[in-house]
Amino acid sequence: MALEARRRVDKQNPTVSQETAISVENVSKVYRLGVAETRHDTLGAVFVDMIKSPLENYKKYRSLYKFDDVTSTKIGNGTERSDVLWAVRDVSFDIKRGELVGLIGTNGAGKSTMLKILSRITPPTKGEVRVRGRVSSLLEVGTGFHPELTGRENVYLNGTILGMTKREVESKFDEIVEFSGVSKFLDTPVKRYSSGMKVRLAFAVAAHLEPEILIVDEVLAVGDAEFQKKCLRKMEDVGQHGRTVLFVSHNMSAIARLCERSILLHQGGIVKDGPTHEVVSAYLSSAWGQTAEREWPDEAEAPGDDVVKLRAVRVKDKNGEVSNSHDIRDPILIELDYDVMELHHQLYIHFLVHNQEGVCVFTAIDQDPEWRRKDRQTGRYTTVCRIPGNFLAEGTLSVTPVLRSIRPETYHGHAPDAIAFHVRESFEADSVRGDWVREIPGVVRPSLEWTTRYTCKG
Amino acid sequence: MAINGRTEPLGGDLTVVIRSDSAWDTLSIETFRELWRYRDLFYFLVLRDIKVLYAQTIMGFAWAILNPVIQIIIFTLIFGKVAKVPSDGLPYFLFVTVAIIPWAYMSEAMTKSSESLVSGQGMLGKVYFPRLLFPLGPVTAKLVDFVISLVILVLVMVYYGIAPTTNLLYLPLFVLTMICIPAGVGMWLSALAIRFRDVKFAMAFVIRMLMFSAPIVYSASTIPDAYRFLYSLNPIVGVIEGFRACLLGLSMPWEYIVPGIVTAVLLLVTGFAYFKRMERVFVDVI
Repeated sequence: MALEARRRVDKQNPTVSQETAISVENVSKVYRLGVAETRHDTLGAVFVDMIKSPLENYKKYRSLYKFDDVTSTKIGNGTERSDVLWAVRDVSFDIKRGELVGLIGTNGAGKSTMLKILSRITPPTKGEVRVRGRVSSLLEVGTGFHPELTGRENVYLNGTILGMTKREVESKFDEIVEFSGVSKFLDTPVKRYSSGMKVRLAFAVAAHLEPEILIVDEVLAVGDAEFQKKCLRKMEDVGQHGRTVLFVSHNMSAIARLCERSILLHQGGIVKDGPTHEVVSAYLSSAWGQTAEREWPDEAEAPGDDVVKLRAVRVKDKNGEVSNSHDIRDPILIELDYDVMELHHQLYIHFLVHNQEGVCVFTAIDQDPEWRRKDRQTGRYTTVCRIPGNFLAEGTLSVTPVLRSIRPETYHGHAPDAIAFHVRESFEADSVRGDWVREIPGVVRPSLEWTTRYTCKG
Repeated sequence: MAINGRTEPLGGDLTVVIRSDSAWDTLSIETFRELWRYRDLFYFLVLRDIKVLYAQTIMGFAWAILNPVIQIIIFTLIFGKVAKVPSDGLPYFLFVTVAIIPWAYMSEAMTKSSESLVSGQGMLGKVYFPRLLFPLGPVTAKLVDFVISLVILVLVMVYYGIAPTTNLLYLPLFVLTMICIPAGVGMWLSALAIRFRDVKFAMAFVIRMLMFSAPIVYSASTIPDAYRFLYSLNPIVGVIEGFRACLLGLSMPWEYIVPGIVTAVLLLVTGFAYFKRMERVFVDVI
């Protein structure tokens, strides 16, 4: 709505629209899905098909880019077809000059297609994009690098491919070489480079682009950590020079560092557009369609048996608010409500925490000394387990509460993956991550104490 | 074409409008302006093709001479000595040399140009630049081989004591036509090949057919008068006959040259139009 309003203003006031670098209006992109091959079981059938197939094939390949049949029906008008994919559907947004915007979303949300449309690589099926200013898009590091050419030749080729003129490459050549750190091998064919060297050289070229609008796809995922930091700093630099940057990444901390504004795409449409921290947390909490709280108001449906029944599970933040997105540094509270309906059972209440890959991260057992080895009265109990901050690794985690008794040993019931929550990376540098920007392996990420002593001279 | 670059006079800035629109919209002056803006890239793409071609060979650019020489020798032996194909009274070796030099360029440029989009498909999906640079690159790069192979021509002509005549002044016209043909064919076939890979397999015999469709190993004078006009529509005929006439100082066979130039230009214009029309779907059909 806000966007709509702004566009209307633009049309009335040309000085406002002067500042628009990219304007996207009702853009859709349709792809034809798997033009399926028919299968044959006999040689004869294959042969017959080979004879009649040229015409079929012609129609098939033609249908890959003819969409009259699809787009003639109104967009979003119920007529869903299974053979086409709306990679981007009716997307509109404006980007002002000098704005740094992050584009986020799950795989298949339409981010890359959007970038390809903005980079003029593929046209939209419907809608219109206006781009004002010189654009360089970086959808891949080292596009057009040729293994037989030397480092020097590839710098020129890659630079001009990315939109620089020969003279611009010349004037930045020394800087590029210095940035890459491969000056010794400039006249060696790139095929003799290590893959790391190739990436450094390619990125050095890209980092020295000076377009008015820079479109960057997930390219920070390459290179070693030190080099990545260098690149991030360079990108921040670009932003500070008043250039417009559109940036796609799965690295939320990089997005948060670089972009004030972000756009969240899901299944080809815009879900949220606004300040990065809001959009990022909307993305993280939507990631798995998980619920932070589950209650069983109907006793008959609640997990458990005649002895004990689970009535609710919740995940709360340190303030006691139900939340499914948690800062990695903050403690997380898991709360279980259960009803005890029979006396003389020593309960053994616990829950399992699994991560996205299905690995059991840990099991937490209620060992509250006040209740341990004691008979319980019948009635409602609420138990809270506190998971410390700086302990879980970032990602989505699910909780499976289990109800057992230790004496007499009985299994009462459990609720597999009853709730789930997301641990998100801190964007400030005081988390365990520090200055590292890439993935950190491990199912937990505890904050541990380190001591380093200087023992002797080299 | 759909991806349409149009400069609009808004604050003197370059505004690009990207939309799916009708094909003929974009056959505008902007297409050529854009090609001009990308001239540096074109230069480096051509340079790449030239440098890469003979990379890691012992002979290097000597291949640009060896290839046509071997062809000339084989043709002289088979068609000249064994089959005794008439060559209008000229020594067969000389007769075939003046034809092979332009033909070697045209056939190689045509083959490379029609493969250009398919072999460049990695770049196609990752970066934008005028797609026309793909088929036009090899057409330009192969000119280097052509210029080198002119050495053979000069040596053979000196050997046979052929003195240049004023006919030589026409040569640029035929060189230009010689470039137009693979450019036109390259634009047509590269745009077709990205959609239908059949082109790649057809190319080998198409080139062979084209060779026999032009007076390279035989003389155009053996064509019956009734078929002469039809024959002259093949632009390669005009180029070969033109090269022969202006290098060897024969009378200019305009009846072959004029229709040939007309069809070469037609080929270029239609190839350009077809390429621009199909350009927008290249990435989506890889």
